[in-house]
Amino acid sequence: MNGSTIIFYLLAALTIVCGVLSVSTRQIFRAAIYLIFSLIGIAGIYFWLDYQFIAAVQVVVYVGGIVVLIIFSIFLTQQAGELLPKQKIGRKIFSVLAVFCGFALTMVQVYQHAFYENDGEAVKPVVANIGKQMLSTKQGGYALPFEVVSILLLAALVGCIVIAISKKEETA
Amino acid sequence: MMEPGLYQILFISAALFFTGVYGFLTRRNLITMLMSVELILNSVNLNFIAFNKYLWPQKMDGLFFTLFVIAIAAAEAAVAIAIIINLYRSHNSIDVENAEDLKY
Repeated sequence: MNGSTIIFYLLAALTIVCGVLSVSTRQIFRAAIYLIFSLIGIAGIYFWLDYQFIAAVQVVVYVGGIVVLIIFSIFLTQQAGELLPKQKIGRKIFSVLAVFCGFALTMVQVYQHAFYENDGEAVKPVVANIGKQMLSTKQGGYALPFEVVSILLLAALVGCIVIAISKKEETA
Repeated sequence: MMEPGLYQILFISAALFFTGVYGFLTRRNLITMLMSVELILNSVNLNFIAFNKYLWPQKMDGLFFTLFVIAIAAAEAAVAIAIIINLYRSHNSIDVENAEDLKY
């Protein structure tokens, strides 16, 4: 048992515990904070796997972007200190049952399946390699999906503006 | 203790996925449901990266799929929050039970 193993299990515990707390706490602001720590745990696992670029993107986009957006919308829509309403116990029991059965089924399948590693020279996931393949139009390049995602982001931006325009200006 | 490998990461990812599903089933507030969806998307990303690292180290396809999933998740969260805030303006509540007359 070395330091790397200990760090991995600490990150795993952080991710799962904060994820569970995030969906079970009744204070919505705490749920957002637990979500931040769960996402940071996942970024740590990416660092542990030596995927530094993805870890950085995870921290920047999720922790710096999406969760901040969620916290702002909590401030805009929720009264401070108000607890979320309690759920019916029946719904909770059936949800736990469904989730547990699904989890058990998935893990049984995963442990019965023998994964085999493909040989070949490993490509280092560094920024130079990522950028080259991302913008390449040759075989194995990702230029087309890149453009599709940029169109999607543009459409999402326009959609947000259209939704957020207040109705008063239309009638005036 | 076991040496961490593909199976351990798949365990984390499955646990996170079903945590998200549990939150999605039990929560009745649109923002907390959005948080559960983020957990689910993150578990999928973790799977992509783990398979990329342990099974196909000579390629980077899993990494690119993760990047695109992150981009799409950001767009989805932005649109969802715009809709939620608009719903709050007209209904003064973001409970899913009130969201059924969103079409009017």
